Amino acid sequence: MPSKPIQMILARQLASSLATPIFLMDAEGTLIYFNEAAEILFNQRFEETGEITANEYAKLVEVTDEDRKPIPYEQWPTRVARIHRRAVSRTIWTRNRNADWRHLQVTIIPILGEGDALHGVMNIFWELS
Amino acid sequence: MIVTLWGTRGSLATPGPETERYGGNTSCVSVHGREGTVLVLDAGTGIRPMGASLGPAPRRVDILLTHLHMDHIQGLGFFQALFCPELDVHIWGPASTQLTLQARLMRYLSPPLFPVYIRELPCRLHLHEVGEAEVDIGEFRVASARVCHPGPTVGYRIRDAQDKVLTYLPDHEPALGALTFPALPREWTSGAVLAEDSDLLIHDSQYSAHEYHDHVGWGHSSMRHVLDFASLVEARHLVPFHHDPGHSDADLDRLLSEAIEEANPAFRVTPAREGATFRL
Repeated sequence: MPSKPIQMILARQLASSLATPIFLMDAEGTLIYFNEAAEILFNQRFEETGEITANEYAKLVEVTDEDRKPIPYEQWPTRVARIHRRAVSRTIWTRNRNADWRHLQVTIIPILGEGDALHGVMNIFWELS
Repeated sequence: MIVTLWGTRGSLATPGPETERYGGNTSCVSVHGREGTVLVLDAGTGIRPMGASLGPAPRRVDILLTHLHMDHIQGLGFFQALFCPELDVHIWGPASTQLTLQARLMRYLSPPLFPVYIRELPCRLHLHEVGEAEVDIGEFRVASARVCHPGPTVGYRIRDAQDKVLTYLPDHEPALGALTFPALPREWTSGAVLAEDSDLLIHDSQYSAHEYHDHVGWGHSSMRHVLDFASLVEARHLVPFHHDPGHSDADLDRLLSEAIEEANPAFRVTPAREGATFRL
């Protein structure tokens, strides 16, 4: 298996030592890591799920706006940050499969390296209620 | 390929009776291929005697810089090949996100730090920026990858036509941030895919376990870390390298024997000694 970019390796090291829920997606949108603090959002451990492709993830997760109106996949904050290579911060409701709905502030930061190459995005979550 | 160590010390040249056996020059390794290709890995102070040993000048020399800290480029201005008008010298190294390799090298190769500007060097100089890539240099296939160390830093994997592999990671802290090391698979460990199945692995081993505790994030490994890293990548022969300037020959003997006793590695371990040669 090819090596992950050093920027993503370091991002995982950082995430794994934080108490804030964090997801890491690669440049194609595959969920390549989430930390222990994020397990509550997923109802599973990363060791159980492994990597999840963008297509699988879109089927697993529901995302709505503040008024509980579904946000189309094309407008999901993590996808906007990845496709448009810009930071995104938004309040959402979300749930994964059979888990409870959660009210979250999510901030997504694109991870850009030399030559503005996109290596992935870091999704940082804050629980609001 | 023939691999020769011309400088094995990290951080600062450390000549003197206490470092006489393992050497005091900073990082420089030469690689000579069967067909005459000459690679120079880093340009620490060891590059001066390396340059003097070249004999009848080859037509081309390739210098592969891992990064631009002073202990890896200080000898550059004293490398004879740069002053030979008939010689093609190719320098490979990492750019930063903001500056080209040339702009970064010029910070050293210009007054007041050095009397000669890079543009005034008589050789035919070619600069190449590297990141994640594979290129053919003469008879060698050279892969590079960014690795965990402060500032833009790469490691190199050199494969010859006989499929012998040398991996060079002189400044590398793959254990940074890890609660236990190694705990993750190779693809999630800095430098591990680059170094897998190496016949010869030259790797940073600057600190003792106790010293590492006080230098986390400085970009270097403990002797134990490098033994564990070599196990992870299944290297066949490990050369602990980039010795701390504060370590005497006796200190290095002690640190290595303690780490080997603890780790009981399944591969050969030969501490880097200035002048040592390895034939792959």
